[in-house]
Amino acid sequence: MSTNNKKWFSLNLTNKKKQAPSSGCGCGKSEGGCGSHGQQTQQRKDGFDQVLGANMDRRNAFKQLTASLLAGAGAVSTACSVSSSDTAKEKAQIDWEEQFKGNYKLMTEEEKKSTVDRLVRKHQLKTEDTLNMSSKSAEEDVLFGYAFNISKCQGYMDCVSACVEENNQDRDSQMEYIRIHEMKDGKGLNFGEADDNYYHEVPADGHFYMGTQCFHCDNPPCVEVCPVQATWKEPDGIVVVDYDWCVGCRYCMAACPYDGRRFNWKTPEVPQEEVNKNQHYLGNRLRKKGVMEKCTFCIQRSRKGENPACVEACPTGARIFGNLLDPNSTLRWVLENKKVFRLKEDLGTDPKFWYFMD
Amino acid sequence: MGRLKVFKKLVKDSIDISTHGTRKYHLWMAFLTAVMLAGMYCYAIQLKEGLVVTGMTDRVSWGLYISNFTFLVGVAAAAVMLVMPTYVLHDVDFKQAVLIGEGVAVAALLMCLAFVVADMGGPSVLWHMIPGLGVFNFPNSMLTWDVLVLNGYLFINITIPFYILFRHYQGKEALSRVYVPGAFLSVFWAVGIHLVTAFLYQGLQARPFWNNALLGPRFLASAFAAGPALIILVLSVIRKHTDFPLPDKTIKKIALVVTVAAQINLIMLGSELFKEFYAPTHHSESAYYLYFGLHGKHALMPWIWTAIPLNIIATITLTFHKFRNNLTILYICCFLLFVAIWIEKGFGLIVPGFIPGPYGKIVEYLPTGIEIGVTLGIWAMGAFVFTILARTAIGIETGKLRLKS
Repeated sequence: MSTNNKKWFSLNLTNKKKQAPSSGCGCGKSEGGCGSHGQQTQQRKDGFDQVLGANMDRRNAFKQLTASLLAGAGAVSTACSVSSSDTAKEKAQIDWEEQFKGNYKLMTEEEKKSTVDRLVRKHQLKTEDTLNMSSKSAEEDVLFGYAFNISKCQGYMDCVSACVEENNQDRDSQMEYIRIHEMKDGKGLNFGEADDNYYHEVPADGHFYMGTQCFHCDNPPCVEVCPVQATWKEPDGIVVVDYDWCVGCRYCMAACPYDGRRFNWKTPEVPQEEVNKNQHYLGNRLRKKGVMEKCTFCIQRSRKGENPACVEACPTGARIFGNLLDPNSTLRWVLENKKVFRLKEDLGTDPKFWYFMD
Repeated sequence: MGRLKVFKKLVKDSIDISTHGTRKYHLWMAFLTAVMLAGMYCYAIQLKEGLVVTGMTDRVSWGLYISNFTFLVGVAAAAVMLVMPTYVLHDVDFKQAVLIGEGVAVAALLMCLAFVVADMGGPSVLWHMIPGLGVFNFPNSMLTWDVLVLNGYLFINITIPFYILFRHYQGKEALSRVYVPGAFLSVFWAVGIHLVTAFLYQGLQARPFWNNALLGPRFLASAFAAGPALIILVLSVIRKHTDFPLPDKTIKKIALVVTVAAQINLIMLGSELFKEFYAPTHHSESAYYLYFGLHGKHALMPWIWTAIPLNIIATITLTFHKFRNNLTILYICCFLLFVAIWIEKGFGLIVPGFIPGPYGKIVEYLPTGIEIGVTLGIWAMGAFVFTILARTAIGIETGKLRLKS
């Protein structure tokens, strides 16, 4: 089959090629020599510098001063105290820098690394555990997609528990990114009558199962509405949240037509021995209360070339994950050879999550 | 005397007049303070535990706070219905009421901002939203528009009355060429704040209950009914307890505004109901849930079936000149209308937007005690701020509060 005959034609697959030069320089080279590379490196200030080194007028300066005073008073009093231990001082320093860091999306590689280091160190000071946290960016020529085989799913929910363990979700409130809908045979895809909270032996007679999660839309409404750009679509198509930048207004939750987002209504708790230490800044690192989170296609795994936890855990092979830009991927084979469909296509969200039947 | 010195004296006099009054006045302020303190206590619990102490969940993620916010934006916008006739059309009958109307707007806007902050998961990182300092997703996010228009409107509604009162305090005439441009701006701005707030919901394709073109206009109609209705009630109290000159004529003119807006609102309600129930589609499920319940779940039915009759009774009564011109009946109708629109536009609009959920799941929402406590506290804060503003304004306008040189 020709590669032009793509079923996901509406996706902007040429995105990457257009973006490539913009991330470097107008001359198209990254080594320099055109004279404009020197400025590039200074262009984006972020983190501590973004806030404190920014040009600001008096009004902004006052606003910021009040904000910092309130939040920093505690930190400073610890940091300057003679009686406090060195660790307390270091912790206060980290808290201060974390409170006033910038938006991850706008950080340079260096700043990303330093915030990751701070977070790892903070966790170490608190629990003496060492995390392996990554800030790996998207690979070139990768666009992640997902296919779900309705015929195969038996509703075992192994994907759900694997997801919770992999992504360090709050155990108390039973937060789950994936919902498995149990539907009656003969009623079609009737979500209204489906049960997404069943506690009985599966597969139940006369039923079939269908899983939903974040569909990583190509035109995600949640990203548009965020007032502070704390959520965005990465170049490899994954819709992520910067947990430290989110203000918790939940507008994205109202905007999502797929029930793909979750909110931390309380401080999430994961028993220390159950914490997954392989983390990514945008993925499964430990969250705090009052921020949004969601499925990231297990960004900590997928960016290393592994399958997300749900795909790996599925005993029936109903879940297929892969690179849409790789013509040899299983996912591409499914899209080209099966009758695939997506949910609520009329909304123009362009999910990168397809359903199909055998 | 320098302006700063005059300002200092004004503040001092204002504090003076706000802390002195009749026994009734002191009881009122003490009551408001107590409610505010209780609200702050509830908010402290919410800050410590997180939003888990509210009735909101992942299924219904906005509740009482956002309902009140939406309603109060309308109350704030309603000040324009007094500003326009006074400053733009030079209708002297409104002149006495307009400062009070603007005071209501300021108090309503402060309450709006308080409700939004109370609803935030991370109030400590709200600086991310300050343009220039954080990352402001303008113009994509309607919430950033709302931040701009609400704060702008607050600024306009503080500066215009302040200028007028500041001049009167010094015994000078307020120059119309200074404040009329601001008044003109505020007329358009008022429509703007409410339309933008409606767009906040209207723009979500995920929620068919909100995603309809009538939402914005209906917001305006209901706002121009409920807001002036509240102002009439406030004026009636002021008439009773102060010697601020408020002729019947003023109140009757505002009553006419309320009546027309309420009638338009009712027509729009009819249009909405027709669309939802004549040929119901999948998208009418939220309306079915709101009015008749769905699959045995009907928590909102008592609310909406209180609101609709109140709304209809009040509007029909107000339509008759004879009833409307009877002040007692007018006050009762204004109260009924205010309550009806508060329910309809708060609870009756925000909560059913989430029910049924994106996949048809019906999870109901009921506010918790803590949520109600914070809400009452914020309302008390609004009343407190308004009382102080109104007392100072009335003091200056009646000539009791004057600069002693």
